[in-house]
Amino acid sequence: MEMNRRDLFRIGGKLLVLASAGATLEQIMGSEPAPEAYKMADHWWGMIVDIDKCIGCGSCVRACSNENQVPNGYFRTWVERYEVPEGYVNPIVTSPEGAINGFPLPKPTNFKAFFVPKLCNHCADSPCTQVCPVGATFVSPDGVVLVDKEYCLGCRYCVQACPYGCRYLHPETETVDKCTLCYHRITKGLTTACCENCPTQARQLVDFKNPKDPVHEFLRTHKVSVLKPQMATEAKVYYNNLDGAVR
Amino acid sequence: MMIPGVDGFMYPNEVELQWSILIVLYPYITGLVAGAFILASLERVFKVEAVRPTYRLALLTALAFLLVAPLPLQLHLGHPERSFEMYLTPHTSSAMAMFGFVYLWYLTVVLLLEIWLDYRADIVHMSKTTTGVTRLVYKVLTLGSDNVSEAARRVDDKVGYVITVIGIPSAFMLHGYVGFIFGSVKANPWWSTPLMPVVFLFSAMVSGIAAVLVLYMAAMKVKRLPIDMRCVDTIAKYLFYTFVIDFTLEMLDLIHRTYEADESFRSLDFMVHTRLWASHVLLQIGAGTVVPLLLLAATQLRRFAPGARKAIYSITSCLILVGIFAMRWNVVIGGQLFSKSFLGYTSYKMGLVTREGLLPAVALMLLPFAIFFVLIKLLPPWQHSEANAAD
Amino acid sequence: MRSTFRDAAHLLRPAALLLIGLAVFLVVRAAVIPKGFGKYGHYRAPFLETARSKPIHYAGQDACVACHDEEAKMRAAGKHAKVACEACHGPQAQHADDPTSLKPKLPDVATLCARCHEKDPAKPRTFPQVVTAEHNAGAACNDCHKPHNPHLD
Repeated sequence: MEMNRRDLFRIGGKLLVLASAGATLEQIMGSEPAPEAYKMADHWWGMIVDIDKCIGCGSCVRACSNENQVPNGYFRTWVERYEVPEGYVNPIVTSPEGAINGFPLPKPTNFKAFFVPKLCNHCADSPCTQVCPVGATFVSPDGVVLVDKEYCLGCRYCVQACPYGCRYLHPETETVDKCTLCYHRITKGLTTACCENCPTQARQLVDFKNPKDPVHEFLRTHKVSVLKPQMATEAKVYYNNLDGAVR
Repeated sequence: MMIPGVDGFMYPNEVELQWSILIVLYPYITGLVAGAFILASLERVFKVEAVRPTYRLALLTALAFLLVAPLPLQLHLGHPERSFEMYLTPHTSSAMAMFGFVYLWYLTVVLLLEIWLDYRADIVHMSKTTTGVTRLVYKVLTLGSDNVSEAARRVDDKVGYVITVIGIPSAFMLHGYVGFIFGSVKANPWWSTPLMPVVFLFSAMVSGIAAVLVLYMAAMKVKRLPIDMRCVDTIAKYLFYTFVIDFTLEMLDLIHRTYEADESFRSLDFMVHTRLWASHVLLQIGAGTVVPLLLLAATQLRRFAPGARKAIYSITSCLILVGIFAMRWNVVIGGQLFSKSFLGYTSYKMGLVTREGLLPAVALMLLPFAIFFVLIKLLPPWQHSEANAAD
Repeated sequence: MRSTFRDAAHLLRPAALLLIGLAVFLVVRAAVIPKGFGKYGHYRAPFLETARSKPIHYAGQDACVACHDEEAKMRAAGKHAKVACEACHGPQAQHADDPTSLKPKLPDVATLCARCHEKDPAKPRTFPQVVTAEHNAGAACNDCHKPHNPHLD
C-alpha cells in the first residue's frame, strides 16, 4: 500500500516520527486487532472491471439493490452503454434505470459499442471525504469509502465533490448513501454482491495487500486505466480496455 | 425511458439536484452582510465622512442579515439536529467545517461588539429614561455598566476602531470562504476556479452597498426626513468603483474559460446558451450588471438633478440586488444542471411549500427585514442623519 | 492610570461573556464528543463494526453447492460453470440458513435468458448471442437448453 498525500497531512508529525523509525502506515492504523479474525491492516480493497467481458445484463445492479436495499431511482452501481459514432463528437450514452433490467434492443448501428459498469472508485485521495465537514464519511483503514449514517448531516457537499456521480441522498434516512464495497461481506470472506453475481466475471473484487491476489498478475499483463485520471483521486477501480470516450 | 427534464445523459444519481434555492440564499445573504459591513467600515477606518449617516444603518443591516444567514443552511440539512457536530468534530480539510467558527467569530467578536460599543451611550441613556420591560431590555444591554463618561467613550471609540480593522478581513473571510466552498470543488468545472472567492467577495460588496443605499433612501422616505445627497452620491461612487472591479473579474473568468476552452467548455457553453440563458445572460449580465453599470457611469459623468439621481440610485440598487441574486442562482443551480460526464443536462424542479421550496425561501428572505425593523426600533440609527439634516 | 482602567472597565464585561461562552463550549464539547472518534482517523471508529454487521442476502456460491450436488455437477460441466447460482435464482442467504423458511422461486426464463443472450453490438463478439425473436419463434428457451448446462447434445 502506498501512503498518500492526505494521510501524510492527517497523521502529521506522528507519522514522520514513526516513519523514521521504520514503521508503516498499516502498523500505526492496525495496532489493535479488529474483532473476529478480520484485520483491517491486512487489506486494501479495490476492484477490476474488464470492459471486454461485460455483457450489460444488469445482474450487478440487481444484486446490489437486493443486497443493500438501494432506494428506487438511486444507484450504488449502474451500467452505461456507449455507442461511439465514427469521428464522434459526443458518444451516445444510455443507462435506463441504471440498467437494473439490462438494456433494450439497440438500434442497429455500425458504431463501436460497449458497456461500462460504474461504481464508487473507493479513491485513496477521495475528494468526497475531504469535504465532509464533520467526519461522517471517510476512507476506512482497509481502503473502503464509507458513510456513517448515524453521523451524517445530510449537507451533500460530498455528493457535489464526487467526480463520478456515485453518491446520493437516501430519501428515507436523509443521509448520504453510496457503495460500501459490500463491507459487511468482504470483511467476512465473501465477495461483493455485484462480483458474486456477475455471470462473466467482468467485475472482480481485489485486495491489493494480498500478495496472492490475481490482481497483481492482471495489472502486469493488461493495459488498464481509471476513470477521469485527471482528477487525481487515486481511484482503486481499474478498468481493462477503457475507451477514451468514457467519462 | 426518457426521464422528464433530462436531455442527453446524466449519471443516474445526478438527475436530482442536491443544493436547492436555500443554498442560493446562503451566499446571497452572507454577501449582503459582508458588503454592508464593509460600507460601514468606510466611515470608520477610511474616514469617509460623507457616508456617516449610513454607518449605524449599515451595521444593523449586517446584523439583521447575519442572524438569518445560517437558517437556510440549517433548513437544508437532512438532519438539522446534527449540525452541532460541526463544532464537535470539525474536519480540518473541509471548507464547510469552518462555517460555524467564522460565523460565531464574526457575529460576536466583530459585529455585536462593534454595535454595542457604538450604541453604549444611547443604551445607557435609554435604560434611564424608559420604563417597564423596555427598561429591563436596555438594562441587560448595558451589561451592568453605565459608565459613559467622556473618557469611557474615547476608549470605546478606540476599541471600536480596532474591531473594525479586524472586522474588514473577517468580512472578507466570511464571504471569500463561501466562494472557496464552491471554487475548491475540482469535480465541478463550473465552480472550480481560484477566482471564485474573489468574485464572490466583490459581488458581496456590491450587493451589500446597494442594499444599504436603498434601505437608507427608503428609511428616509418613511421617516419623512431629507436624504443626505452628499452621502448617497458618495455611496454611489464607491458602488460604481466596486462594481467595475466585480464586473472586470467576472468577465475575466468568462473570457478565460472561453479562451482556454477545456473539456468542459462545450457542455457549459451550451448550458449558458440554453438553460441558463434567461437567468445568466439576460438577468445577471444584462439587467443586473450592464444596465446598472451604465446608469452609475452616467451619474459619474454628468451632474443630474437630485431627484433624478435619487431615482437612478434606487433603480440601480434594485437591479443590482436582483442581478447578484441571479449570479448566486447561476453559480449554485447552474453548477448542478450539467452532467459531470459533459453529455447531458437536468433541470431544477423547485418545490413550492416543501421544506426546500419557494415559500420557505421567500420567508427567509423577508425575515431579515423583520429583524431589521425590530433592531431600528430598539437601537434607532437616525441620530446622525437628524443632526446632519439640522445643519 | 487608575482612571484609564476605570473608564475601560466596562470592556471586561463583554470579554467575560465571550470567555464564559468559550469555556461552556469547550466543556460541553469534551463531554459530548462521540466515543471512539478519531481512533483510526477523523471519524467514529465504532461505525466500522456497524457497517460490518449488516445482514447478508446473497449466501454465495459455496453455500449453494454444499447441498445442491446434482445441479452443481451439471453446471460445472457446462458453459454456465462460472455463473453463480444466485445470479439467476436471486438472493438465498435466508434459504441457506434455514432451507425450509424460504423456497426459492423458479426464475422466469423468457426475461432471464434474454438479458444476457439477446444480441447487442455492445456485447463482446465472442459472447453467445441471438436475436430471440428469430431464434426460437416464441418457444421457451428451456424447451431446448437446460439452464444448468445449456449445451445441446
